[in-house]
Amino acid sequence: MWVALSRPRPRGRLSRFARRYPVAVAAAAFLALLGVAALFAPWIAPYDPLANDYLSMFSPPGPKHWLGTDSFGRDILSRLIFGSRTALLVGLSSSVIGATVGAVVGVASAYFGGTVDLVIQRVTDILVSFPLIVLAMAMVAILGSGTANLVAAIALSFAPRAELVVRSSALQVRHTTYVEAARAVGAGPWRIILRHMLPNVMAPYLVMLTAFLGQAILLEASLSFLGLGVAEPTPAWGLMLSGAAVDFVQKAPWMAVFPGLAITLTVLAFNVLGDALRDALDPKLRV
Amino acid sequence: MLRYVLARLVLVVPTLWAVATLIFLLVRVIPGDIVELRLVSGGSYVTPEVIQQERGRLGLDKPLWAQYADWIVGLARLDLGTSMWTGAPVSKEIALRLELSLQLAVMATVVAVSLALPLGVWAAVRRGTWADHLVQVFSVAGLATPSFWLGILLLLFLLYAFRWLPPMTFTPLWVNPVANLSQLVWPALAVGYRYSAVATRMTRSAMLEVLREDYVRTAWAKGLAERAVVLRHALRNALLPVVTVIGLEFAFLIGGLVVTEQVFNLNGIGKLFVDAISRRDYTLIQGLMLLVASAYVLVNVLLDLLYARLDPRIRYA
Repeated sequence: MWVALSRPRPRGRLSRFARRYPVAVAAAAFLALLGVAALFAPWIAPYDPLANDYLSMFSPPGPKHWLGTDSFGRDILSRLIFGSRTALLVGLSSSVIGATVGAVVGVASAYFGGTVDLVIQRVTDILVSFPLIVLAMAMVAILGSGTANLVAAIALSFAPRAELVVRSSALQVRHTTYVEAARAVGAGPWRIILRHMLPNVMAPYLVMLTAFLGQAILLEASLSFLGLGVAEPTPAWGLMLSGAAVDFVQKAPWMAVFPGLAITLTVLAFNVLGDALRDALDPKLRV
Repeated sequence: MLRYVLARLVLVVPTLWAVATLIFLLVRVIPGDIVELRLVSGGSYVTPEVIQQERGRLGLDKPLWAQYADWIVGLARLDLGTSMWTGAPVSKEIALRLELSLQLAVMATVVAVSLALPLGVWAAVRRGTWADHLVQVFSVAGLATPSFWLGILLLLFLLYAFRWLPPMTFTPLWVNPVANLSQLVWPALAVGYRYSAVATRMTRSAMLEVLREDYVRTAWAKGLAERAVVLRHALRNALLPVVTVIGLEFAFLIGGLVVTEQVFNLNGIGKLFVDAISRRDYTLIQGLMLLVASAYVLVNVLLDLLYARLDPRIRYA
C-alpha cells in the first residue's frame, strides 16, 4: 500500500495525461520540434533567409531548395525556420503578458469590489465586444508599428478576455479564510492580491494562457499579412503570404502553400494541447 | 412584448454612449500626437507650422473636452465626422462599402450554418464513432486555418481545376446575380468555414445534452423515426445556444472580413479598416469601431427577441 502511495506523483500524472490525450502528445512533440528549429535556426537553415538570389527566383521545390524559392530567390524553408522565431517569440510573449495583465487586473477588481470593480467590468464588457483582430489593429494604430508594439497590441487585446475569466474565479477565492487571515495579520491589499489570491487562480490562468497561444500566432500572422505587423525583410509566416505570394500564386504556388501550412499546423498544435490541458485542469471552464 | 422591445432599444443608447466614450479615450488620449504620428510616419521632414496648421484643420488644437463634446454631439446627430485622409464624411465612406461586406457576411453565415448544423447533429448522433472524430478534426482544423490562406488555396484550386479566376470588380447583386455570386462565393466559403468551427462544436455539445433527456427517450420508445426524434424533438431544443453562437459570430464577422477581403481584393468594410489603420485616419477608425460595437449590441438585442420565438417558455412581459 505504502509503495503505491509514495510513487513519485508528477511523473504518474504526466503519463496518465499522455495516455488519455495521445493527440496532445503528438502536438507537444511537434511544438518541441518547432522550438528546437527556432532556437538553432542559424545551424539548421540551409540558406541565409535574407539572401536574395536573382538567378534562382521562383525555383520550384527540388533537391537544391526543398520548399522552393520566392520572388527574390530566397529559400522558403530557411525563411520558414527563421519565421518560427518570430511566431513563437511574439506568440509566447504576447500571451504571457496579456494573460498576466488580465489576471492581475481581474484579481484586483474582485478584491477591491465596489466602484473599482464596476468601472473595470463595464470597460471589460465593451472591450470584449470587439473581435480580437479589430482590437489588435486599433492598438497597432495607437501604439505604432514595430515588433515590441505588436506584442503589446496583441497582449492588450487578450487582457480583457483573461480578466473576465480570472475575476470570476477570484470572486470565490476572495471570501476564503486564508485571505481573511492574511488581512487579519495586517497584510496590505497588493500583498494579498499578488501573494495570496493570484496563486489560487492558477488553473483558469493557465487555461487562458494556452488558449491564447494559438490565437496569438494566428493574430500575428494576420497582422503581418495585412502589413500591420512584422515588417520586411524579417522572416515571418504571415508576411510570406502577403504581396508576391498572392500575385504569383499561379506561377509559384509553393510560396503561398508552405507558410500557410506552417501557421495552420502550429496553431492546431497549440489548440489541441490547450484543449487537453483545459480538460485536465478545469473541465467546467469554457474559453 | 412591444414595450419590452422599446425598453431594450432605449437601453442601447447609453450603452453606445459608453462605447463611444471608451473609443474616444482609446484613440485620442493614449497616443502622444496624432498629427505628428501621421505626418512623420511617412519619413518626410515637416515644419512645426505645418503641424500646427493641420492640427487646427482637424480641430485637434481644441481642449480635449471640446473634442469629446464635438464627437458626442456629432454622434447624436448621426454624424461620424469627416475622414482625416479623404476629407469625405465617414458615414459616406462606410455606406459605399457596406453593401458588399453585408452581403459577404450574410453569405458566410449561410455557409457556416449549413456546415455546422448537419455536421454537429451528425457527430452528436454518432457519438464516439469515426464520423464524430472526423467532424471534430474538421472543426478543430477550421479554427487553426487562417481564412486568408484558405482564400489563397481556393484561388489555387480554381486555377488548377477550371483555369478560371473569380471576377475582380464588384457587381451589385441586382445588376448581375451570376457575376456577383461568382465573385463572392469564394470569400464566403473561406470565412464561413472558419466560423462554422465554433458553431459545429456548440451544436454537437448541445445535442449531446438534449439527447440524454427523458422526452427524447420517450420519443424513441414510442417508435418514432430517427429523423423525427433527432430533428423535431432534439434539435429544436438544442437550438438556443447554437443560435447564440451564430448570432455573436455574425457580429464578429468583420474580424474575418478584414483579412479575407484583402486576398480577394474586395473593397469592403474590412479593407476600409485596414486602410484606415495604415493611414492613421483616426476619425475613420473611431467610426468603424463604433460600427463594429453597434453591430454587437444590436445582435444581442435581436438574439433576446429571437429566444422568445424559439422557446415558448421564454416570455418578456
